[in-house]
Amino acid sequence: MSEKVLMKGNEAIAEAAIRSGCRHFFGYPITPQTELSAYMAKKMPKIGGVFLQAESEVAAINMVYGAAGAGARTMTSSSSPGISLKAEGISYIAGADLPCVIVDIVRGGPGLGGIQPAQSDYFQATKGGGHGDYHLIVLAPNSVQEIVSLTADAFNLADEYRMPVMILGDGTLGQMMEPVDFDSIPAPVEAEKDWATTGTDLKREHNIINSLYLVPEGLEAKILERQKRYDIVTEKEVRYEAHGLEDADIVITAYGTTSRVVESAVKQLREEGYKIGVIRPITLWPFPTEVFQKAAETAKAFLSVEMSMGQMVEDVRLAVAGKAPVHFFGRTGGIIPTPAEVVEKVKEITKEV
Amino acid sequence: MAKVFQKPHGLTDAPFHYCPGCTHGICHRLVAEVLDELNIEGKTIGIAPVGCSVMAYDYFNCDMQEAAHGRAPAVATGVKRVHPDKIVFTYQGDGDLAAIGTAETVHAATRGENITVIFINNTIYGMTGGQMAPTTLPGQVTQTSPYGRDPHTQGFPIRMAEMLATLDGPSYIERVALDTVPNIKKAKAAIKKAFQNQIDQKGFSMVEVLSTCPTNWGLSPQEAIKRLQDEMIPYYPLGVYKDVE
Amino acid sequence: MTTNIIIAGFGGQGILFAGKILAYAALLTGKHLSWLPSYGPEMRGGTANCHVIVSDEPVASPIINNPDVLIGMNKPSFDKFENTVVENGYIIIDSTLIDREIARSDVKAYAVPATKTATDAGKGNLANMVMLGALIKATGIFTLEEIRKGVEKTTPASKQHLVEVNMEMIQKGYDLA
Repeated sequence: MSEKVLMKGNEAIAEAAIRSGCRHFFGYPITPQTELSAYMAKKMPKIGGVFLQAESEVAAINMVYGAAGAGARTMTSSSSPGISLKAEGISYIAGADLPCVIVDIVRGGPGLGGIQPAQSDYFQATKGGGHGDYHLIVLAPNSVQEIVSLTADAFNLADEYRMPVMILGDGTLGQMMEPVDFDSIPAPVEAEKDWATTGTDLKREHNIINSLYLVPEGLEAKILERQKRYDIVTEKEVRYEAHGLEDADIVITAYGTTSRVVESAVKQLREEGYKIGVIRPITLWPFPTEVFQKAAETAKAFLSVEMSMGQMVEDVRLAVAGKAPVHFFGRTGGIIPTPAEVVEKVKEITKEV
Repeated sequence: MAKVFQKPHGLTDAPFHYCPGCTHGICHRLVAEVLDELNIEGKTIGIAPVGCSVMAYDYFNCDMQEAAHGRAPAVATGVKRVHPDKIVFTYQGDGDLAAIGTAETVHAATRGENITVIFINNTIYGMTGGQMAPTTLPGQVTQTSPYGRDPHTQGFPIRMAEMLATLDGPSYIERVALDTVPNIKKAKAAIKKAFQNQIDQKGFSMVEVLSTCPTNWGLSPQEAIKRLQDEMIPYYPLGVYKDVE
Repeated sequence: MTTNIIIAGFGGQGILFAGKILAYAALLTGKHLSWLPSYGPEMRGGTANCHVIVSDEPVASPIINNPDVLIGMNKPSFDKFENTVVENGYIIIDSTLIDREIARSDVKAYAVPATKTATDAGKGNLANMVMLGALIKATGIFTLEEIRKGVEKTTPASKQHLVEVNMEMIQKGYDLA
């Protein structure tokens, strides 16, 4: 077995990206993802890669557009306010069917908000953010080890489906150090990019990277074609982790950092005899709807725990479809819920069911 | 029978959608001729803007990317950093390059990004129907300056060539005009030089091309050419603003 | 077994570094662990703290609300965290910088003159190491040999001579607790 190293989540994303063949990184400074850019700035020049600090998040995402359109494995990273600025570029990237990886180390909002961890950009990540009918694959790791394996997956998924993939973390995941083993991460899967703008060499028709379709029928056809790909992603790429669902009275769901808090709470609750199930979505889009549907056949209630005022809970409600009450507990503004608060909420729900 | 005149290979057979008297067609042709003459079409990637020339990707025969409004220099940067050995150019209008994309323009220039920028200055937003541009002249009537551009409330025009020439990054900046045959020849020489510079690894080159928009100026093509000569050239003097050997 | 440790003090006291040594000692002795720093503007001259969890099983929440062990290296941090420590937990404070006693009677309390000890030895900036020594002695979480592994791993190759200097201060703290 290879040696494990201790690494911050932000640095681990950068190293995993490099190992996944990313040689073009375009960024703009923002807390709390700065270690990622700093790592890239240090490493890229030594391995013949490009680190470019752009003049803005807007420019950075458009450099990613150019690099992705030119056929490279490319990435940018930011945090909430920066992702708002990148939203324009993300929409164009989705509209031009370009593969890339976008990291969002979420902080409290809206506006300038704060710099402490939050999950209040779930809507932005999973429901659009930019304009138009499009989706990102949204991956939500909850440990540094999972951060590196999902980063490797992100590049492969982006290439396979020709779509942008977002890694949605938060300040805690970005800043914390845990043991990590890079040798176990998925290997890069080579994708043929015959659509890329690499120069025609006067041997083929010119390639065009574009999202403009002025004829409505043409645009609709393009969107329907993309939707078919989204359907395949929804069918094949859903990921989650679940335990204790068989006899659960209450199913708690959480992703990212919050899911770790929930595990602490669940441990205590089970010791006290409560029957608790857990569903941790790893892909936030596509959302693991089926496992919720199945759990709803037996569970008496659901609880979504988030660092927001209640965003993922909407997808949980859609999945549960009224078969059981869906409760919510959240802290926001950069405050992380405590296991004790989750325990208390569960006990409160138990009284009702 | 000998062919004495033909389309450059750098242009596709797609018919231009430009209005009669618009000089975009001339400029497209100049760029395409340069691609032919320098024998670089096969290794060139062009970036189209948002504006009247948004569909430039259909007209140039080289690989093309269509950028978001104003972002062409950033997109070009991404392409060039992936393919430093390829030729990358942007083709942008005044709203695109000098308003919404000012930051991208200035920073690509100051980085000395080794790309070629073709900048069409026609003092108006054409595609959207004739609104005030950053280059609209004082007093000029547009849809959004119906009483004439008033510098006290609407600011002054931006002279991009002069502004960028103050930076250390660019290697070559020239302003040309498409009003007469001699000037069109000069424009082509400038465009050719801007591409040759990139081949020679000299860094950022921009050619500002004074152009006409008869439709949105409300003038005939001939009157439009006259306006370019009488009003635009005095405000936007032609010439080389920067040329680093 | 799981030990939740909060190390807290001023930015610049080597709070995060002390935590890193613990984290690496855990890694190198085959334990599960997490290391979580406070971050942002507070790191510059304000208070800094670091959550380190060392466990025999995978770490659930990396955030510590109620530490088993508090290392308090300045008064504001001590004031902030004193009442969060679990019953029968450990509170170890730098008594050179904290001019009040540990009020809790339901914890194991250690007042270690870490800054004075380090300063007297001419290593004024290594009070953090003295505190680490006191920590491992008081809690038994790591042996001196185990913590040495952490020190070696966190000391850059070019500065390995500092390992002995750090170990010397750790030993002093060990002897004081």
